[in-house]
This record gives sequence, structure tokens and C-alpha cells, in this order.
Amino acid sequence: MKSTTKTDRPGKMSLKERYSHLTRGLDWEPSYQDRKKIFPFTDFEGIKIHDWDAFEDPFRLTMDAYWKYQAEKERKLYAVIDSFAQNNGQMNISDARYVNALKIFLTAVTPLEYHAHRAYTHVGRHFEGVGPRVACQLQAIDELRHAQTQIHTISHYNKYFDGLHDPWHMYNHVWYLSVPKSFFEDAVTAGPFEFLTAISFSFEYVLTSLLFVPFMSGAAYNGDMATVTFGFSAQSDESRHMTLGLEIIKFMLEQDEANVPIVQKWIDKWFWRGYRLLSIVAMMMDYMLPKKIMSWKEAWEMYFEEGGGALFKDLSRYGIRLPKYHEVAIAEKDHYSHQAWSAFYQYSHAAAFHTWLPSEAESAWFAEKYPESFNRLYKPRYDHWAKEAAEGKRFYNNGLPQLCQVCQIPTFFTEPGDPTKIMTRTVEHGGSKYHCCSDGCRDIFVGEPEKYVQAWLPVYQIFQGNCGGATVPEVLDWYHLNNSADNLDYVGSPDEAMWRDWQEQRSKTAAE
Amino acid sequence: MPTVSIGPYDFAPRDRVENFHGNQLVHLLWEKHLMFASPITVPLPPPMPFAAVIAELLPALYGQHPDFAAIDWSTVEWELDGAAFTPDRGQTLAAQGIGHKSMLRFRTPGLNGLAGAAF
Repeated sequence: MKSTTKTDRPGKMSLKERYSHLTRGLDWEPSYQDRKKIFPFTDFEGIKIHDWDAFEDPFRLTMDAYWKYQAEKERKLYAVIDSFAQNNGQMNISDARYVNALKIFLTAVTPLEYHAHRAYTHVGRHFEGVGPRVACQLQAIDELRHAQTQIHTISHYNKYFDGLHDPWHMYNHVWYLSVPKSFFEDAVTAGPFEFLTAISFSFEYVLTSLLFVPFMSGAAYNGDMATVTFGFSAQSDESRHMTLGLEIIKFMLEQDEANVPIVQKWIDKWFWRGYRLLSIVAMMMDYMLPKKIMSWKEAWEMYFEEGGGALFKDLSRYGIRLPKYHEVAIAEKDHYSHQAWSAFYQYSHAAAFHTWLPSEAESAWFAEKYPESFNRLYKPRYDHWAKEAAEGKRFYNNGLPQLCQVCQIPTFFTEPGDPTKIMTRTVEHGGSKYHCCSDGCRDIFVGEPEKYVQAWLPVYQIFQGNCGGATVPEVLDWYHLNNSADNLDYVGSPDEAMWRDWQEQRSKTAAE
Repeated sequence: MPTVSIGPYDFAPRDRVENFHGNQLVHLLWEKHLMFASPITVPLPPPMPFAAVIAELLPALYGQHPDFAAIDWSTVEWELDGAAFTPDRGQTLAAQGIGHKSMLRFRTPGLNGLAGAAF
């Protein structure tokens, strides 16, 4: 065998050449199979692509470099996770109430990360162009990594706190988790281009800052280093995901003018679906972080009205306008988190996390952040409920809520011009009535009614006898919830008792 | 508009009335009483007389509200599926057009929730 001397070796390739060899160079032209059979999903959505090579990945990331970077990040992340566990990091959080925000995040978002992994694997197979294919494949691995790292956080908090013992079962059964589940299933059952518009662009590019930035800063403010570290570790992945979202939109718009109305319709739909999903985030930010960072209203103004405004101004040269009903979102910002929290407060008997009434200091913060609405509309609710709770009559709703046929959230939002009137929109289809929470969800229903008539609406399923029985305890069993531990008010919960015990032990130790 | 799909796309709605074991769903909403966050969905037998809605169902659902005991039912204004409606207490739900997934809103004049907040 001839040995290779240093001088025989070809010179080191430039980044651009390496990228070209490790992506485009690995693709081939089929010789004995019809291209249409290999890529059956690229046409049916109506998107026209003339030159797949025009898709440029600005990161020019190749698989070998990817493994190297990710391995380095993993090493750091697991060192911090171990140290958090060994040092009982859960005792250093601001208050045990905080963990309830984490419970929602970990039971709603972690399964989504896993499903995103599956979905990006699927589209990473089915795009006809190698550029988007490689970008999707790398993102698929990121999503799996995010799910795994979050499972470590679940595993740690589950040793101490209630409601985290069976997140995968809960994701597929519990009523409010049908909100993120149906959101994602709507996206993944669309074609590959709509999927990327839904998740990569509308969610990860336009709205992600409203989920990740406040949530990760919220974790930092509240002493949750396990979540902060995950956030940092995911951040560089997220910026790559955002870039994919923007690139795919520009790619579709530049390839053919006929793509513009299709893309606009998807942007309208997925802006609204994502915004409705964020109502849960709004209440987490405002009500569930014991140490607050910014209000939902401030976050919406900063990240959507300003940041999103600039983005859509940039996209206007392609003929794209701001998503339909963005003005409704602006009208709702004074009410969004308060209405969501009021709803969850009264359905806490059926949830895997606790709710509570805001403290005096929190009410003062709300009054300052929401001068238009809080003292006038929402403080009186909490005052009344506090009085009732003090008399041993903590308020729970005795009925089950009407759910929106599209977003599956209880129809608790009020008319944009009248915060005292609940908004419902009814559509007739195939001789039957369908109810939606808003014009945005109604339009989505009307756009593809055959899709949404199949919705697995948890309340309807309970009444069909498909959820373990007709009583709340039977349904909770079917959800795998531990009645009177995972659910109900924070006051009187095992979580609260444990936290108080920790604080007492700590002050005793400090005094000694 | 038809669903954009890779082939024929036709599936039965999941909430057909025959899936509810003889009941039909009705959505109820007490206007200006936001203590109840959203309309409430209930499965009801179509032969149920409207009198039972007032005497049994509504007290069980809304009785916790301080306004509830003060309701004068003769003055209540009803709206069925978007149109003004005068219920007949002696008639069944089905006989007066309250169908599967009907939306029944009601207003209680003079009773507009607590603290001037429609709560």
C-alpha cells in the first residue's frame, strides 16, 4: 500500500467547497425511478419551484461540523444538569409556584419538540432540493436533542413536585394539552411547504421570541438554572431554525409569483394559530412567574408590534402583508393573560398544575402594567374569589367549557371592542354547527372544513364516553392525574406543604 | 374551500349527534357574567322539557353566582343560535328548535354581574 505523504494531500477545502461536497455533492439524479414517485409531496400544495439550487443555507452547516459543535454543547449542558441535581437546585428557585409554569412548559412543549423531530425528519426526506433537505435533517436532530434535555429536567423536578410523572400520556389525553397537540398535528398533516411556513416561519421566526425569551429570562429570574442552561444550549440551534424559516419563505416567494397568495394564506392561518397557542404563555408570564420580567403586553409590543412590524415591512417587497387579524391581537393584549388565568383558575380541578390568586404586590404590578383593564375588570374578580375562598368556597366551575373547533381553547376571549362580551363565531357546514373563538379561527375552519370537523375536542369526547367516565374523578384517572395532589389550588397542595417545610428547615439550619 | 390534500379527502365529523348516546349537545351562555369563563357545554336529551333547564340545569351550573337567586325568569331575554327566542317551558328542547350544538344565550335585565365588571 502506498503511504500518503503530506505533500500528496490536496489542499484544505474552503468552507464553501466543503458545504458543496457534503450537501449538493451527495445528491444524485434518479436514473430508473420517476422523480415524482421519489418526491410525491412537493407539488400538491400548489407551490411552484423552478430552481431548487437557489435555496441557500446561510449557515452552510455540514454534518461533520454539526456533530462537533453539538457534542461540545452537550458536555457543558450535562455538567450543569448534574450539578443542579447534586446541589439540590430545586431549593433555590424563587417560589414553588414557579414550578407550575414549568409543568405546563414540560408537558406541552417537550412532546412538541419530539414531534418536531419526527416532522423535520419527514420533510427532510421529502423536499426535492438538497439544500432545504439537509437543513431540515439537522433541525430534526436538534429537536430530538431538545426533547431529551428537557426530559432530564422533567426527571429532576418530578422527584419533588406533582404533575410531571406521566407527560407523554398526558399530552395525548389531558384536555388543555390538546391545544398544543392539535396545533402541531394540524401543521404536520399539511404538506411540507405549509409545515415549514407554520413551524419554521410563523412559530419559530415570528413568534418564538415570545415563548423562549420571556420563558428563559423568567427561568433565570426565578432561579431555575436547569431550564436556563437548556435555553442557552438551544439558543444557537434556534437561530439556525429561525433562519431556515425566513429562507424558505423568501425562497418560495422568489421562485414564482403564483406562490405569493398561497404563502400569505398560510401566514394568516399560522400567525393566528400560534398567537392563540401563546395565550397560555401570556398567563404563564404574567401570573406564574413569582419574579416577573415583563408583562405579556410589553412582550407583545416589543417582539410582535416592533420586531414583527419590521419583518413584514421587509417582506412587503414580495407582496406579503401583515397577517390578518394582527389588529385583534393588539386589541386583546390588555386582556389576554387575565382571561386565560381566570379560565384555568376555575378549571383547576381538572388540570395537572396549580392555580392561585395574585398577591397584593402582584395586583399592584398588574395595575401598573395594565392601567386600561386590570383594576376595572380583573381585580374585582380576584377580590370576590378571595372572599369566597376565605369562606371555604374556593370557586370551581361546575360545567365543562365550550371549546373552539379550531384552536381547542375554551371560547373565553371577549369581543375586541367589548371586554364584557364573550366572542363566539358559528359556522354551518354539512348541516351541522361549528363554534369558534374568533374570526381568525373561523376563517381557518372555513378554509378547510373537512379537516377541522374531525377535531378530537376533549369536552365532546368526555360526553361521548371516551374518556374513562362521566365524572371528574373518572376522567382524572383516565388522564393519569392524582386527584387532590396534581390539581386544585396551590394553597393547600402537597407542593405548597413541601416548599414550606424546605423553607422552615432552611431557616432552622441558618439559625444554628 | 376544499382541503388541500394528496388524494380524496372526506371524513365523517367526529361530533355527530349519534355519537352521544341519545343526547345532543347544547351550549349555554349567561351574558355579562364572566365568572363563568366561557359558554358551558352540556349533553341533554332532546325530549327534555324546557322547564327542567330552568329548574334543574341552570341552578346546578350557575347557582354559585350571587346574582343567580335574584333572577326573575319572566324578564329573561333569550337568544337561540343568534336569533331572539321565547322558550316554551312546557315544550321539549327538540320541539322548539334547540338542536345539536345549538347556542343558547340569555340576558338577565338589571343583573349585569358584580362590581360593574360584568363578572
